[in-house]
Amino acid sequence: MADDPELKLQCPLPVKNATVQLAHGGGGRLMQHLIRDIFVRSFSNPLLAQMHDGATWPMSEGTLAFTTDSYVVSPLFFPGGDIGSLAVHGTINDLAMCGAMPLYLSAGFILEEGLAMETLQRVVDSMARAARDSGVSIVTGDTKVVDKGKGDGVFINTAGIGVVSPSVRIGPQRVLPGDAILVSGDLGSHGVAVLSVRESLSFAGDIASDSAPLHRVIADLIDNGIEIHCLRDLTRGGLASALNEIASAAVVKLSIDERAIPIRDEVQGACEVLGLDPLYVANEGRFVSFVPEAQADRAVAIMRGHAVAREAVRVGEVAGRESSIVVLKTVLGTHRILDLLSGEQLPRIC
Amino acid sequence: MKYVDEFRDRGHAETLAHAIKSIVTRPWTIMEVCGGQTHSIVRFGLDELLPGIVTLVHGPGCPVCVTPVMLIDQAIALAAIPRVILCTFGDMLRVPGSQGDLFGVKATGGDVRIVYSPLDALALARANPDREVVCFAVGFETTSPAYAMAAIQARRLGLTNFSLLAAQVLVPPAIEAILSAPGCRVQGFLAAGHVCTVMGYEEYEDLARRYHVPLVVTGFEPIDVLEGIAMLVSQLEEGRAVVENQYTRSVRREGNVAGQAAVREVFEPTLRAWRGIGDIPQSGLRLTAAYADFDAAVRFHDALAQCGSVGGEDPDCQSGLVLQGLIKPPDCQAFGTRCTPERPLGAPMVSSEGACAAYYRYRRDGRPGAIN
Repeated sequence: MADDPELKLQCPLPVKNATVQLAHGGGGRLMQHLIRDIFVRSFSNPLLAQMHDGATWPMSEGTLAFTTDSYVVSPLFFPGGDIGSLAVHGTINDLAMCGAMPLYLSAGFILEEGLAMETLQRVVDSMARAARDSGVSIVTGDTKVVDKGKGDGVFINTAGIGVVSPSVRIGPQRVLPGDAILVSGDLGSHGVAVLSVRESLSFAGDIASDSAPLHRVIADLIDNGIEIHCLRDLTRGGLASALNEIASAAVVKLSIDERAIPIRDEVQGACEVLGLDPLYVANEGRFVSFVPEAQADRAVAIMRGHAVAREAVRVGEVAGRESSIVVLKTVLGTHRILDLLSGEQLPRIC
Repeated sequence: MKYVDEFRDRGHAETLAHAIKSIVTRPWTIMEVCGGQTHSIVRFGLDELLPGIVTLVHGPGCPVCVTPVMLIDQAIALAAIPRVILCTFGDMLRVPGSQGDLFGVKATGGDVRIVYSPLDALALARANPDREVVCFAVGFETTSPAYAMAAIQARRLGLTNFSLLAAQVLVPPAIEAILSAPGCRVQGFLAAGHVCTVMGYEEYEDLARRYHVPLVVTGFEPIDVLEGIAMLVSQLEEGRAVVENQYTRSVRREGNVAGQAAVREVFEPTLRAWRGIGDIPQSGLRLTAAYADFDAAVRFHDALAQCGSVGGEDPDCQSGLVLQGLIKPPDCQAFGTRCTPERPLGAPMVSSEGACAAYYRYRRDGRPGAIN
């Protein structure tokens, strides 16, 4: 990542200290410098420039969507992204799954004393770039500094506000027997990319995270009249957990064809070696959607028009209302439960 | 994906299932020894493809499951010592000891690290000369060469802060214990392909002869398991009882000779208690006197002496019967009610190789095809 020319700073850091100090969260002059020289300078937008306790803007028509998420990924930088871009994409995607067009984000930073200022600047630059590319603004924020050893470099919380148009209603309660289940692309890249750096797994070195904003592809589906019944981004717990949550909330039986689920060979290979099941591995730029059977092919075609969903595919359907269960038709044509995971995925022993 | 897809091919699986159906004339009970094979069977629903009169029972081949409570208590006691870093495979963390698990001691400040290889533990010892690094050596013959190599390298490097808590177990004595138990109904075995990759299969030929039982060294992918079953059913139908090798892409008769030599240099067989089963003579490995410097049981003798051998197994847990193939997981009263992966009573509900966990995760009510 250090070789990425995009990440090199254009000019020397205005903040004089090379590392974050406790006083940077103390409310005094150092904190003001940090906010002005790093956050406001990078996130630059009129609402933030008000430098008020919060951001204000006039209301518009529609329904508001509001969400929050915290980011504690380790390492901070990984192939295909970093904690900054993740913190922007993740919250945008939570809004997108409500059918909302994201507008504004907040950014709360918990910094560990001793963090290199250059590292913070890289993270903030990455957030700014991700927000700009996604068409959202970071309009308010907060900074706290904790003692060395009490954090892990940087933790970020982002909250987001978006607007849902009046005609859109998306949620598990709208799922119907017969609905087609679509997945927006290949699974498992994010989790394996992060693990490959954390565990120094050289064989998985060319797998990049799928971290990406998904609101534009969702908006395109809505604008083209696709009646989306339910959406879920496939973050922690992966596809298997998302399907189980929806089956449980909607009280439906889901039938999934294992052969249809796209997984890259490199990811499959890394998972085989590590004893992981890619259906449970986290993604940060993938979602599952439930749409009426009659619109399924058109929805897939629309999704494939976007780079983030180029490998969109139909993986199953809602089989009935008899029970809350996800049944996987295996590659051999047999059937088994696709269950929620108990705790974390753990590596196998022999 | 190459080397995976061809062993999960539906057409090939159906051909093998058809071949088994066409030769079988009587009921047969077959035990797959290894937990990896159990998971493959339940995950891919292989028993759905078999004729109803071929019964698969699941064996004791999950090292996490058979590690006795006393050794888990010892690992927990070591992890609680402030200067100790305890290294273990991830599956061990949630296995209940008599009063808690390794996750518990980790949460209260014990330094417990998950490693992928014993050599990772060795690297930790080199990087932390002021700490004592103990590697919890759990596993079958498959992992023993790596533990042996860690000890050999530790000696070569002159490390004085690295030791092994030996907990390894051996497959052939366990098969013999099952065969000689009263009420044994197993008529043939799928032997564990990865154990035999290291050990070869000469020692199984002796078992086949003495107990007149066929064994087929078998791999772990669905096609491997179905092919192993087909070979075993052929032998049973023809009245033969020899060792055959299905897993030829990995296993040779003599095994990995260099690996075996390393194991012989560092370890020797010893009596070992198997969780849920009991003592089996010569079924475990301990460090030889020459490697006593790297034996955690010696180095931490005083601390471990405090560790009572309470051995408190929950009375509702029938994992011993499951591990011997005498019942299937859903036959246990506690299965899925008092005992779940979140609140396990016994190790087979915890481990990724455990039979109870496999049934709970993939099948829930235990019947093949019931969820279709």
